[in-house]
Amino acid sequence: MAREQTGAIGRRKANGAEKPKAPGSKTSASGGVTKAELLSYYRDMLLIRRFEERAGQLYGMGLIGGFCHLYIGQEAIAVGVAAAKRPGDQMITGYRDHGHMLVCGMDPKEVMAELTGRSGGSSHGKGGSMHMFSTEAAFYGGHGIVGAQVSLGTGLALANKYRGDGKVCFAYYGDGAANQGQVYESFNMAELWKLPIVYVIENNEYAMGTAIGRSSSETKLHKRGVSFNIPGEEVDGMDVTAVREAARKAAEHARSGHGPYILEMKTYRYRGHSMSDPATYRTRDEVDEVRKTRDPIDHVEELLEKNGWSDEAVAKAIDAEVKRIVADAAEFARTSPEPDPSELYTDVYTEASA
Amino acid sequence: MTDVLMPALSPTMEEGTLAKWHVKVGDTVKSGDVIAEIETDKATMEVEAVDEGVVEALLVAEGAEEVKVNTPIARLSGEGEAARPAPAAKPPAAPGPPPSNDPQPASRAEAKGDPVRAPAAAPAAAVVALRDPELPAGVNLVKVTVRDALRDAMAEEMRRDPDVFLMGEEVAQYQGAYKVSRGLLEEFGDKRVVDTPITEHGFAGMGVGAAMAGLKPIVEFMTFNFAMQAIDHIINSAAKTLYMSGGQIRPSIVFRGPNGAAARVGAQHSQDYAGWYGHVPGLKVVAPYDAADAKGLLKAAIRDPNPVVFLEHEMLYGQEFDVPDGVDWVVPIGKAKVRREGTGVTLVAYSRMVGFCLKAAEELAADGIEAEVVDLRTIRPMDWQTVVDSVKKTNRLVTVEEGWGPMGVGAEICAKVLEHAFDYLDAPPVRVHQEDVPLPYAANLELLSMPSIEKIVAAAKKVSYK
Repeated sequence: MAREQTGAIGRRKANGAEKPKAPGSKTSASGGVTKAELLSYYRDMLLIRRFEERAGQLYGMGLIGGFCHLYIGQEAIAVGVAAAKRPGDQMITGYRDHGHMLVCGMDPKEVMAELTGRSGGSSHGKGGSMHMFSTEAAFYGGHGIVGAQVSLGTGLALANKYRGDGKVCFAYYGDGAANQGQVYESFNMAELWKLPIVYVIENNEYAMGTAIGRSSSETKLHKRGVSFNIPGEEVDGMDVTAVREAARKAAEHARSGHGPYILEMKTYRYRGHSMSDPATYRTRDEVDEVRKTRDPIDHVEELLEKNGWSDEAVAKAIDAEVKRIVADAAEFARTSPEPDPSELYTDVYTEASA
Repeated sequence: MTDVLMPALSPTMEEGTLAKWHVKVGDTVKSGDVIAEIETDKATMEVEAVDEGVVEALLVAEGAEEVKVNTPIARLSGEGEAARPAPAAKPPAAPGPPPSNDPQPASRAEAKGDPVRAPAAAPAAAVVALRDPELPAGVNLVKVTVRDALRDAMAEEMRRDPDVFLMGEEVAQYQGAYKVSRGLLEEFGDKRVVDTPITEHGFAGMGVGAAMAGLKPIVEFMTFNFAMQAIDHIINSAAKTLYMSGGQIRPSIVFRGPNGAAARVGAQHSQDYAGWYGHVPGLKVVAPYDAADAKGLLKAAIRDPNPVVFLEHEMLYGQEFDVPDGVDWVVPIGKAKVRREGTGVTLVAYSRMVGFCLKAAEELAADGIEAEVVDLRTIRPMDWQTVVDSVKKTNRLVTVEEGWGPMGVGAEICAKVLEHAFDYLDAPPVRVHQEDVPLPYAANLELLSMPSIEKIVAAAKKVSYK
């Protein structure tokens, strides 16, 4: 269940106080999750983490260029929200987008090959880390301009309402984008026209190098919808079950014609803003403390253990599967050829059909 | 004794209809009393008295049309002044030309309206020497204003395709800030004609998002000056996404609204963005002159699968031109049009400046220079071949634009002509454009700043060494 979080690192303690269900129970204390669901979340989060670790490695090897923003630490959000979405629901986000694409079902090979700028990439190498899309997976980017995806996502929701197709758009943005003017222009119209959209704020506490308290006069970002009459709540973004339950509730609100909903996911990124960020604006201890006490993957393992669902063989199988997927993706991204020079002038315009 | 003059209800109003008198001769009026109703093609407004007095004469009859701004419409006698019979005034129903106390009547007319509407100009149809090559044989032509041609284009495309919808400020209930969307709300309802808040950045982004989802939005900017708030979405979100997505996401969207200088609205409301948007791959940029092109090109823009920036001109909205009737009139994007044939000099322009060039061509003809006038119609992709072909014939080039010169449309045309017709040039090309300053408000400075028929004529003579 979504809940007010009282302290930054207080969640683990609260969980410790929760009483495990009797062995054999199908659900945990965290929102009626099943063993199969938890295992699948574990698998998806692990895939994102290993994928990102490998991306960091490829970056270091010079295979990935430019900007590369890793999602490590925030995995529970993409996975938890994906668990609440229905087929056809759209997702759109900013440039820290690799995790979202993986949970939308895009092929890790295509995503990794786009990072390396190869023809096998999802944009045939012409988009890069920050600009990837998949109409098939209803993933609408991948946007490099901070906050742009909020207006664009609200437009996707406008299309949903126009068509009456029952789809909901999940538009992600960070605590940095939360101060962009177009976010509030979009809030206003989304509530005015009751558009089916869930705004998912991934508050990882730092807008590049600026701590939220230094950039935001109101740091409780879920309150930012108050003057537009948009409900919002704070969610423990390190707890995949909390994320899922909050996203379900928000999506139901949006889908049933009540308009937008804001979810502020409290989270943390372990790596720098991008690969070139030395992260001197925070201490090593601060990062280590979060990794030790709030890690979202550790949390799923704990939930499994608490429910008596720990299964070393299954865990090993998942680890091996993830390792293989990531290795295959990296290999594909290394070996897929660069785009043909003739691709330079393709896809600038769509040819008009007769 | 005070004359009540026909008021201008907007910066661009030149004439209007005196719809109704609220007073009669002998009535006493005081400041603030409504004395008449004036209609323009955009609005109906009440005229209030600004002086006290007794109505001595009504100089323009109720229902009189085409009453020029500043024509005396009534005469008040001041308090205590004995009412006298009106002097032999003009017949009320036949309004005359505006007061001719202006030392430069021709220039003034140019500053306030398109030259083809200025008193000295011949009717528009007469100066268009060429038949439109695209006109189907036997088609019926009707007189339509640019404003209504644009509206008709949107209405026809909205009837044709349920994915087409219009959004923008004041487009629905207000019927359009410039009345371009008049009647659309009634026909299509508020789902497809959407009033937005004054939030260009936000609603432009939403339009692009809806286009990414497959709808075909028409985003109206009240003027393109305000689209600077939204230019990030026009360029970064609309123009580049097809490329960045490897061809997957195809935003088909039209951004339209008035562009360029109106009249006396100052620097922030008077800017030509053709060069700005023309710079960007992934965008198509259209800037029509007459009503037939406005209609045909807007229909083409709405059907186009790419983002199209459609630059209109407030000073052209009220002008009437021939428009083909009863046919699905679609003008292809990317094709220039030779509007007047000549062998002496090539004048290249777009939008309102085409009218200036046609007028300049008449003056040049009187001096023995036959100018060829090329209407670009589309800025991007530019039909430079038509320009080059013309220059190969005339050997002389003058470009005309409302925008600033540096890095402008004229600069691009000159580059293309140098690349493809260098050996044909008998003189260095000359660019006529807005002076390199923010547009001043003062009438005389505004006039100095803008391209004019005189400047075009002078440029044409310069490249002709005459």
